[in-house]
Amino acid sequence: MGAVLRNPKVWIALACLLPLLRLIGLGVSGGLGANPIEFITRSTGTWTLVGLLVTLSVTPLRRLTGRADLIRYRRMLGLFAFFYACLHFVTYVWLDQFFEPAAIAKDIVKRPFITVGFSAFVLLIPLAATSNYAMMRRLGRRWQQLHRLVYPIALLGVIHYLWLVKKDMTEPLIYGAVLALLLAMRLPWGVALLQAARSRFAPVRSCVRGRDAPARTN
Amino acid sequence: MLIRHPDDILPSEITPPDIYRERRRFMQGMGALAAGAVLGAAPDAEAGVKLDGVRASAYRLDDDKTPYKDVTTYNNFYEFGTGKGDPAKNAGSLKTRPWTVTIEGEVGHPKVYDIDTLLKLAPLEERVYRMRCVEGWSMVIPWVGFPLSELIRRAAPTGNAKYVEFVTLNDPRRMPGQRSRVLDWPYVEGLRMDEAMHPLTLLTVGLYGEVLPNQNGAPIRLVVPWKYGFKSAKSIVKIRFVEKQPLTAWMAALPQEYGFYSNVNPQVDHPRWSQARERRIGEFRKRDTLMFNGYGAQVAELYRGMDLKRFF
Repeated sequence: MGAVLRNPKVWIALACLLPLLRLIGLGVSGGLGANPIEFITRSTGTWTLVGLLVTLSVTPLRRLTGRADLIRYRRMLGLFAFFYACLHFVTYVWLDQFFEPAAIAKDIVKRPFITVGFSAFVLLIPLAATSNYAMMRRLGRRWQQLHRLVYPIALLGVIHYLWLVKKDMTEPLIYGAVLALLLAMRLPWGVALLQAARSRFAPVRSCVRGRDAPARTN
Repeated sequence: MLIRHPDDILPSEITPPDIYRERRRFMQGMGALAAGAVLGAAPDAEAGVKLDGVRASAYRLDDDKTPYKDVTTYNNFYEFGTGKGDPAKNAGSLKTRPWTVTIEGEVGHPKVYDIDTLLKLAPLEERVYRMRCVEGWSMVIPWVGFPLSELIRRAAPTGNAKYVEFVTLNDPRRMPGQRSRVLDWPYVEGLRMDEAMHPLTLLTVGLYGEVLPNQNGAPIRLVVPWKYGFKSAKSIVKIRFVEKQPLTAWMAALPQEYGFYSNVNPQVDHPRWSQARERRIGEFRKRDTLMFNGYGAQVAELYRGMDLKRFF
């Protein structure tokens, strides 16, 4: 039991389940408001986007802290983002459109914000499907190439949100700004910036670990 | 739309008020008692206070009415924030007394009405209308008010009065959402003269037989049931009669998405989403949106010969 509790993965998994538990709690207590389906759609969409951004922050955090072991949590974070994307998609197909294929197809073709959201979801599927070690080994170099799809996916997610709102763009723009920052931290000058920050604030650690984590571009 | 003969019983009295309202009124009663004890006066203009002398009207629907709780907690009223729950949370800062409504422009009798005079201008009646939001959801609400035409007749518009412009209060201290430039304040809406004179167009002061809650547009608002909800301007301080078509707040913000007419029309989609169906608040499955929100028999005549795709 003690070993389980000391494993950070357990805590991260529990934290990732909180948004779902909150939704269930609100649903049971009648706290989803006047338009529960809209609430669930918004909430699962928001947490998909948050999950994607958290996943994308692992690499910059690793470079900033020099803690290469953070990479161990990235797969689980990414899979939770996919999990909320699935909930989001099911909410739309089931609760919102009630499995009407014609209506859904028309929406996907005609509504740009649905088109980009749906594309992002479809692109996530191969990433989730190839997230285990066996697939990593089998795909070799191509695994990394494939998983770079996460950048356009996150971008499509932000655009999906941006095109959905009626007027107040504040929230989608915040997500956009965070994504821009996380992507910039992967450019050469961003990587240099992170390394400079690390050697400035944690000189000891940078001496010990600075060289052994080769700069990867993921 | 089902028009029956008026009778003595209000629809809101037929339907037993739900538990929420009971509890709410009880708490308000306690609050009023406490306030009365402290100040020695009873508030008379607050949300939840029953309006006297409200007549039933011929405008009734067979549809179930949306519960009071949903009508008063799920609102679009950007003056108090852009979230649906923001108006109910923030509208407490809106003081509705003193309040005046200015009638000006192309009229024979311009006038500044004190709100309490305006409330007594014409007999109040209850009208149960469908309300369809441009976002794709709808409600059924028992409003209380009188036809806007009653006011317009007294103002005696001149021959130049082709449109009517409605202006909402602009006061960031009382309307905290106005500190954000999400729209160009004040909120402006408009109707063509014949739309404004139409018997369905209601100057509204209450809902569910009670004084209008702040988050629903107190102390006085417009209700135009065949148009998307945003056409029904809230917390009105000015009604101006003009010759040229007014530039409304939403037309100024997103001209390619919001037109002047904004009639409910399942065949003309919003550029970014479909208007063919709607979710009635409280229902699970979506229902088909009706042309002119189901008021075609009364209003289609106003738009005869107009291309409604062009004049969206």
